[in-house]
Amino acid sequence: MTDTSAPRLKMPDAGLEQSRMMLDKARWAAARMQKLDRASVLRIADAVAKAGHAKAQSYAEQAVRETGMGVVAHKKLKNEACSTGLVDLYRHEDFVAPRIHADRKIVELPRPAGVIFALVPVTNPVATVYFKTLLALMTRNAIVLSPHPQAKGVCADAARTLAEAAKAAGAPDGVIQVIEAPTIPLIEQLMGDDRVDLIVATGGPAVVKAAYRSGNPAIGVGPGNAPVVVDDTADIKLAAKRIVASKSFDNSILCTNESTVLAFTTIADRLLEALKAERAHICSADECAKLRALLFTDTGFNVGMIGRDAEVIARTAGFNAPGAKILVTPVALVQPEEKLVREKLAPVLAFARVQGIDQALAAARSMMRKAGQGHSAAIHSKSEANVIAFASAIPALRVAVNAGCSLGASGFETNLGPSMTIGTGFAGGSSLAENLTPHHFVQFTRIAYNKEAGEVFGNYAGLDPLNLPKRTASPVSLAVDNSEQALRAELRKIILEELKAVLAA
Amino acid sequence: MFDYGHFRFESKQELFDKAIKFWNPDKTRFWQSVGVDLVIDRREGYFLYDMSGRRLIDLHLNGGTYNFGHRHPELVETLKGALDYFDIGNHWFPSVARAALSEQLVKVSPGMAYAVFAPGGAEAVDIALKSARYATKRRKIVSIIKGYHGHAGLSVATGDDRFTKIFLADRPDEFIQVPFNDIGAMEQALKGNDIAALIMETIPATYGFPLPKDGYLKACRDLCTKYGAMYIADEVQTGLMRTGEMWGWQAYGIQPDIMVTAKGLSGGIYPISAALLNEKAGGWLHEDGAAHISTSGGAELGCVVAHKVIEMLLRPEVKSNVATVTEFMRDGMVEMMQRHSDIFTGVRQKGVILGLEFGHSGENAVAVSRALYEHGVWAIFSSLDKRVLQWKPGVLLTADLCQEIMDRFDAAMPRARELLHAAKKMN
Repeated sequence: MTDTSAPRLKMPDAGLEQSRMMLDKARWAAARMQKLDRASVLRIADAVAKAGHAKAQSYAEQAVRETGMGVVAHKKLKNEACSTGLVDLYRHEDFVAPRIHADRKIVELPRPAGVIFALVPVTNPVATVYFKTLLALMTRNAIVLSPHPQAKGVCADAARTLAEAAKAAGAPDGVIQVIEAPTIPLIEQLMGDDRVDLIVATGGPAVVKAAYRSGNPAIGVGPGNAPVVVDDTADIKLAAKRIVASKSFDNSILCTNESTVLAFTTIADRLLEALKAERAHICSADECAKLRALLFTDTGFNVGMIGRDAEVIARTAGFNAPGAKILVTPVALVQPEEKLVREKLAPVLAFARVQGIDQALAAARSMMRKAGQGHSAAIHSKSEANVIAFASAIPALRVAVNAGCSLGASGFETNLGPSMTIGTGFAGGSSLAENLTPHHFVQFTRIAYNKEAGEVFGNYAGLDPLNLPKRTASPVSLAVDNSEQALRAELRKIILEELKAVLAA
Repeated sequence: MFDYGHFRFESKQELFDKAIKFWNPDKTRFWQSVGVDLVIDRREGYFLYDMSGRRLIDLHLNGGTYNFGHRHPELVETLKGALDYFDIGNHWFPSVARAALSEQLVKVSPGMAYAVFAPGGAEAVDIALKSARYATKRRKIVSIIKGYHGHAGLSVATGDDRFTKIFLADRPDEFIQVPFNDIGAMEQALKGNDIAALIMETIPATYGFPLPKDGYLKACRDLCTKYGAMYIADEVQTGLMRTGEMWGWQAYGIQPDIMVTAKGLSGGIYPISAALLNEKAGGWLHEDGAAHISTSGGAELGCVVAHKVIEMLLRPEVKSNVATVTEFMRDGMVEMMQRHSDIFTGVRQKGVILGLEFGHSGENAVAVSRALYEHGVWAIFSSLDKRVLQWKPGVLLTADLCQEIMDRFDAAMPRARELLHAAKKMN
């Protein structure tokens, strides 16, 4: 028998079966997690965040090594922000105790989702593992992580580190688990499994669609393609600085990164100069053509170029851009047929001139028509009128103002709430319109009193479902023997019938 | 009309009539007399369906036969795959399936050297007893009063009078019985230096799972060593992760010379059992390997299934699930006992093996079993101690189903109370 021949016996898929057992284990963990009080939940979240934070650097290195994407220093920042940073941000929110709304005569009891099946993209593997896990833990859910196959090694390592920390801090066994050998058929099977309560899908459009098709509740988000307007009121130098920093952050691997600059003609040349000063390489028409050919294949973006350094991309395309942090490709046409204005998870930024705000809106809408609906946009401006005109006219659900789009729209440099999952709303094929936060992992049972003024709302202060006063449960012995009672009833019925018969005769 | 293609029944009553006429009149009538009119039809996971379509949660599991539930899809697919290639096989020859399974079993059973296969537990026990007699050149066997090791020629003689006298199969001169948990009696039985083996269920199942006292099994093991007898661990109901370890003797920290596994090894879909022998007990396999023969013992189809069973049991998720179910049942039953202390008086538990005590005498568990049956849960009383209800959750029970079981248990208790009162009145 050669090594390549199939086994002689047909066999069940042991990997799938074992993964199903993982889901059962997660269900147990979720059930037990829901019995924990807030202090225990925070203790677990803190321990997990700390363990993640301690390995932010080494996992950043490992992720870049395994996927070939992004920048170690930036990944480290994201890992830190998505570990202790995240817990500190939500520490003061209570997802455990009942919420009493005396004015509305309503009490809300938190109901965690249960088992969350979380897809982890290749672009932001460790940060997403941290992010989704901590969101799940803070809301008392169990999580099963399903990494992108190209990032499975580092994701599994990170998940194990978090799981050990969680267990040591008193979390139930199985609260954090990871699919070690993910394949597309396996993931599709598991997404459709009844044991999953909620799918959180971050990744390509195919996987997001599959999540929604699964029949289970899902939060999936669509792709980005962010326009960034720089108008004639903007601080040009600052705008250029922010755009280059954002576009080069982790080599544009966040889906919120800028795709295309829409610069007012009056300031366009100044902006180009300022970008150059920030170490942007402004490409010639020939270089643009080379990039177009390199970055876009017949089936879409060239995945081999995702998150690569600008210099590497230039070299691969066939020109040199020594020291460049990003590559700027001036384009004449801002329409989907110009490939360079599509989403680019790489430090390549299209640059177009627009006559004024109306043309900027039209251009932004045009480029987003193919991809990026419901996602992100940015504007550098001091004109509130321009900002509101832009934000109301384009199909983006978040518009970062005077901030880099990568970290602005994803909530790190704005007050949107830092998130690795950016809701793209109905327009973007998503049930979620905001940045994913812990709030999306918990629902509520609502105790609702009669509105009538005469019906007085109860006093629920201090009542904790996890620690209710002991119900005294003395067993009640049945004093009346039911079988005898039934016999008597039967006798009574017979006598009545006899009587009726006698009377009728 | 119940049309099964190969045969059909007009009604459930027709089935009862034919079962009484052609199959087993006493057993059929017994269940009717205790209010359990169950004819198991479809089955899936931990659910049984009566011919009427009524669903029952199975906590009987036939002593762990359905450890993984009924027709576990992974096992069914395994057997179907095997059926496209193998059949029972030819016992005379070495076979890939038997070699693979025996290697796997020996690997998960420290101290054991060989696996000898049989179609069921009783025959495997006979192999164990014969191997001990071979190794010690002694004839006598010691077992526990109310112990249970099956119904074959030798195994039945180790058991209760009920199963021997009727067939004139009792052999009191060769088969000695001592009370459980009585180490003095055990030494008395062994000290004549003429005992081939002590055979022990690690926790006596049919007796209602009375737990061995601390150190009892260890002391028995030591006495066997001292008096030259072999220690046979009957793991038919306690093996295969039901105590939280692969074998119950591992959970109690003892080392048998021989052990027997059956029931759950079959996955509930293809009968197979095994006696595992240490080097000394397996001596006859060198001297005359055809001294014991079984045409369907170690059938290759069963070997493939059993191999999968062991593979599944070795997954860390299973061990973790057993620990979780164990904890859930412990906490749940403590709460139930507080609520129903007038009838529910005690719990015996090791892993997912539980005996629930209802009162201190009588046959109360029969009524409780019926009340649970009426509430959609099938759990059987202990044949040899009918105040104890056997409570045998499967190793893969889920969180949701465990909660449902406990809710149904709670709901059944008033009815159990009612039945017990009625029974008292009748007496």
